[in-house]
Amino acid sequence: MAETKDLVTWRALNAAMHDIMTEFPESFTLGEDITTWGTGGGTYGVTRGLKKTFGAERVLDTPISEEVLLAAVSAAATRGVRPILEIMYSDFSFLGFDGIINQAAKARYMFGGQFDTPLVIRTNGGSGIGKAAQHSQSLETLFAHIPGLEVVVPGTPGDAYGLLRTAAKSDNPTIFLEHKNMYYDKGPVDFQPVPFGQARIAREGQHATIVATQQILNYSLAAAEELAAEGIEVEIIDPRTLYPFDMDAVYASVGKTRHLVVGHEAVRDYGWGAEFVAQTVEAAWDKLDAAPVRVGGARTPIPYAQTLEAAVIPSKDDIIAAVKKTLA
Amino acid sequence: MAQYTAAEQGLAGLELMAKIREFERRMPLLSDEGLIRGSTHPSLGMEAIAVGVSLALTDEDAIASTHRGHAHTLAKGADFGRTMAEILGRADGYCGGKGGSMHIGVKEIGVLGTNGIVGAGIGIATGAALASKIKGDKAVAVSYFGDGASNQGVLAEAFNLAAIWKLPVIFVLENNHYAQSSAVEEMVAQPDLSKRGEAYGVPSFNGDGMNLQEVFELATAAVERARAGEGPTLLVLETYRYLGHMAGDTEIYRTKDEVEQAKENDPIEKLLAQLIEQGVITAEQWEARRNELFAEVEEAEQFARNSPFPEAAEAFTDVYAKGA
Repeated sequence: MAETKDLVTWRALNAAMHDIMTEFPESFTLGEDITTWGTGGGTYGVTRGLKKTFGAERVLDTPISEEVLLAAVSAAATRGVRPILEIMYSDFSFLGFDGIINQAAKARYMFGGQFDTPLVIRTNGGSGIGKAAQHSQSLETLFAHIPGLEVVVPGTPGDAYGLLRTAAKSDNPTIFLEHKNMYYDKGPVDFQPVPFGQARIAREGQHATIVATQQILNYSLAAAEELAAEGIEVEIIDPRTLYPFDMDAVYASVGKTRHLVVGHEAVRDYGWGAEFVAQTVEAAWDKLDAAPVRVGGARTPIPYAQTLEAAVIPSKDDIIAAVKKTLA
Repeated sequence: MAQYTAAEQGLAGLELMAKIREFERRMPLLSDEGLIRGSTHPSLGMEAIAVGVSLALTDEDAIASTHRGHAHTLAKGADFGRTMAEILGRADGYCGGKGGSMHIGVKEIGVLGTNGIVGAGIGIATGAALASKIKGDKAVAVSYFGDGASNQGVLAEAFNLAAIWKLPVIFVLENNHYAQSSAVEEMVAQPDLSKRGEAYGVPSFNGDGMNLQEVFELATAAVERARAGEGPTLLVLETYRYLGHMAGDTEIYRTKDEVEQAKENDPIEKLLAQLIEQGVITAEQWEARRNELFAEVEEAEQFARNSPFPEAAEAFTDVYAKGA
């Protein structure tokens, strides 16, 4: 077993890609500019060195053609190979939603279970670095809504490594959503696969539960420090995968804290947080002492200027306010 | 690969075309009877393309079909009874009744599905060809699509991708002249659709889709090119559908005369006349043989009618891989 190392997220993902392509000879990766941009690892470095190790036959730069690529990898997956397609920004996946939603997500079902679809679509979402309205959306709710898709939202370098390994092994089409403002987050990586559908307790506490992903998870951890100074100990749960999801972890935590806050960067209204709140209210109403509170992105496109971008994404202070509201 | 000669496989092709036509002829009747839900899209008149292309393929090759895909599926080797059962939404259908007419997939013979999204098969066949390239095997993929689908944007991306990567894919454009009810002349400014392939570096050929021999020869050449690593081919095949877009079509967009005129060029009748002239079969022998084929289709229909409907619990299976 490899020892644990401190790595930034992109290096953890890069290590996972190397290990996946070694483990599965039928895997290959493709995407726009994945070997020719920057240091030869695509826009954020994740595919660096793969072409040198695995050859141009398994590491392919593609034309800017999301529509055919998403359809093609969907079909290729049903023919005995394991494609890992990088979509440079998740916003661009809209150009090929037929391939993801009408084809890949439904192939197993429509054809009565005949076809496996071991496909990974790696892409990034989220805001925070000034990429504005068409490069900053958080689309995890949209994908999680589609039957047949698995949706992964790693919140640490260790999870980025471990969840990508699991995504590559899965026989379902998996949307793997990296966060563009977390590629340089550093943390321990133990080089072990992380199973889908098992939430992680990111911090233990007894007064309120926060369920949050990615950037909002980070803000929640910061908020927890401030709340602790006031004597409020929050428990923080990182779902890791939005489908499959781990409501039992939420119920268990709420059983202890009796208060729930759900936070995400995706637009709050109709967002996945509403689903987590609804399920908790339906299944664990007796465990709640107060109404749950949602924190999420504003119902606006993501603006460019830093002051504007910060205004539409939940902040540490919004999370603190939400915790205090449910505890009031 | 089987070598087609007018004398030997011509007869096999004739039989398959006649059997498929009889199968498809029953679709509107079954629809009227209320046994087919939703939409069903017969392809009477277009059989020579499905059969001619399939004669050039093996079970290892893949096809991506259209909403009008019964003939493609059957010609590729699907069982008539199980295909009919799927169209009737029965448990013995290839997809256990989950797919129906527009979503029939048969993994073991490389049928990657008839498809409810016009043009989607273009990307899917490109992907199947990509899988062949990655695996280093010799399997070829065929995309069937119509003149209507040729206006989908995915066509441009697929042609380019297949051409730069020399993917073993054959794009078979069935020009039946109507996109649902819209005439091709109204929907494209450049009537020579093969120019779309040429523009992307895809060798492109026009052919008579009502002539089995010609379809087979064009398909065989394209398959050989694909297996040799020379990349994609576009075949633009002229054809015509005798029935409406789907069961229940009022067909106000065309005249009865136009349809009757097209039938004079019928691929089955033309081939039969040739085979009789060549002394391969007599009219009497064909009549007897045809009756046997029709009896097989009747058996397929009875199999489908007798197949049970799927249990409601099956609605919730196959969404995700087992154990996931």
